[in-house]
Amino acid sequence: MSERDVILSAKDVEVQFQVRGRILTAIRGISLDIYEGETIAIVGESGSGKSVFTKTFTGMLETNGQISNGSVIFEGKDLTKLKKDQDWEGIRGAKISTVFQDPMTSLNPVRTIGYQIAEVIIKHQKKSKDEAKKLAIKLMEEVGISDAANRYDEYPFQYSGGMRQRIVIAIALACHPKILICDEPTTALDVTIQAQILKLIKDLQKEYGYTTVYITHDLGVVANVADRVAVMYAGQIVEIGKAEEVFYTPKHPYTWALLSSLPQLGIKGEDLYAITGTPPSLYDKVVGDAFAPRNPYAMQIDFEEEPPMFKVSDTHYAKTWLLDPRAPKAEPPKAIQNLHKRLLSITDERGDYRG
Amino acid sequence: MANEKEVILSVKDLEVTFGSGKKTFTAVQDVNFDVYKGETFSLVGESGSGKTTIGRAIMRINPATKGEIYFKNKKISGKISKDLDKWVVRNIQMVFQDPAASLNERATVDYIVSEGIYNFHLYENEEDRQRKVVKAITEVGLLEEHLTRYPHEFSGGQRQRIGIARAMIMDPTLLIADEPISALDVSIRAQVLNLLKKFQKEKDLTIVFIAHDLSVVRFISDRIAVIHKGRIVELAETEELFKNSLHPYTKSLLSAVPMPDPQIEKNKQLIVYDPSQHDYSVDKPSFQEIKPGHFIWANEKEMEEYRKKIR
Repeated sequence: MSERDVILSAKDVEVQFQVRGRILTAIRGISLDIYEGETIAIVGESGSGKSVFTKTFTGMLETNGQISNGSVIFEGKDLTKLKKDQDWEGIRGAKISTVFQDPMTSLNPVRTIGYQIAEVIIKHQKKSKDEAKKLAIKLMEEVGISDAANRYDEYPFQYSGGMRQRIVIAIALACHPKILICDEPTTALDVTIQAQILKLIKDLQKEYGYTTVYITHDLGVVANVADRVAVMYAGQIVEIGKAEEVFYTPKHPYTWALLSSLPQLGIKGEDLYAITGTPPSLYDKVVGDAFAPRNPYAMQIDFEEEPPMFKVSDTHYAKTWLLDPRAPKAEPPKAIQNLHKRLLSITDERGDYRG
Repeated sequence: MANEKEVILSVKDLEVTFGSGKKTFTAVQDVNFDVYKGETFSLVGESGSGKTTIGRAIMRINPATKGEIYFKNKKISGKISKDLDKWVVRNIQMVFQDPAASLNERATVDYIVSEGIYNFHLYENEEDRQRKVVKAITEVGLLEEHLTRYPHEFSGGQRQRIGIARAMIMDPTLLIADEPISALDVSIRAQVLNLLKKFQKEKDLTIVFIAHDLSVVRFISDRIAVIHKGRIVELAETEELFKNSLHPYTKSLLSAVPMPDPQIEKNKQLIVYDPSQHDYSVDKPSFQEIKPGHFIWANEKEMEEYRKKIR
């Protein structure tokens, strides 16, 4: 990758929650540079901390949570230092916006669709009511609502799930954000609608020029949208690289496990690869590699010492002792060795799949 | 599958409507299919397509307005005797989507799993019941000590295992699994799918699998029926459907399935389904067999075109 401008830089971020008198360390030291104009996807199981991590970009951690270490630099400001809601004004919802998973709960059921879009424009862009309405209708058209002027005064319940998500996107884009965080934006939607929403976010990116941060557990979605992929496990990024690198030449055993458990790659009549056990409790201090107890490739050192990030290429890093020069050679599981070739053969059978 | 296929479940011209008078809503209509013993038959469609309603009609939760359902050659739709009703409940079991909502949170796992055999007195004495419950719970990969606990103490994947144990303890002939893995994490999904497959192999269980995700369905099913707006638009063996899909709705659904491969995903063309492309004003459609085992909802003119395309 050529030298690109970093739009947001997280360094050694650690987030802790107070839960019934105990401390849970949800994020255990994440450093991540996000480049301007790229689409980066953060992947992980539920509880891996992917949502919590991005909530530090908008100051939306639950009240029992706090950033206990590290910094998040955006436009020269350290976002971890912002405490009060006034400090966040002009950033949250304006320069960094979020599209949430469930479009039913993120819209206000007793306000009209139009009001909810115009409200943001009036508040952040200091426009008059009439101007705001015009801009709102234009936005509704841009996100693909037909007959927008007439649907301006309708309520969320009159919209289908996919259309509601389009409205949420319209609201998020109302202030021309620099960064758009999409937190599982299509999980609640049907596959055909999902494909449309992903395409919409991609198409509007060309026009609005925002940087997109996807949070998802769906590797199919990741493959569709991402330039770069960060894989999270137990509050850390364990592998990061360009989408092609992470899908075609993954290095971390957890990434291997995630990919091989996909039914798309399953062989009929054989068991699917299943990850055994459960993620570690983050109430306790994690010793060594957090994935070690579930990792069939684990070595003695994995239980004793935390691995550093090993460099695979200029853009590809993985946090596993397997990359240490002293480690024995480990081959990724058979199911994912020829991932591209195997999936190509499936899609080639259906001639209509590829353009 | 053996050559001599035994039909275990047969659905004929099923129609299910909700409401009455002007407000009647037809959720499912013209649905015809047979399920063979020991196979996995999948109903695939988007939300609101009626796939769950079909499952619930088989379970007799939603009554059929029209048409018949036969289970082991006995008619189980419409008015049936109490004995037959009991026999249906005992032999057809269901696993639900949301393992948190479908388990009684005030009951111990022991009670949840035994409830079915309590109701039907399928045990000789307390000792026998305990033996059966322990067997059921260990078969789904949980431990005996879990029996005294409550559902909230388990993770989503474990709860779904409890749901499966509760169904399997009845030793059913047919299992209806309604989106059993949609609420689960990717890594857990594989475990639950493997578990269902295991039961199928060991007990010759027949599964009707209801799902919206074609990638999962491809892995688990022998045959697939694609449902759109309450109708089966296409039905075929799994590989046939993936290689030779004919109906434009099936094609659009296939094109939307996300593949875990950046190059394929970035080059893919979405096919958008437009129902107005069918002209059914004069030439009425019906559910026809275009080649052995491959059915499609089409009229005569469309059939001709499909016949030209089929490989």
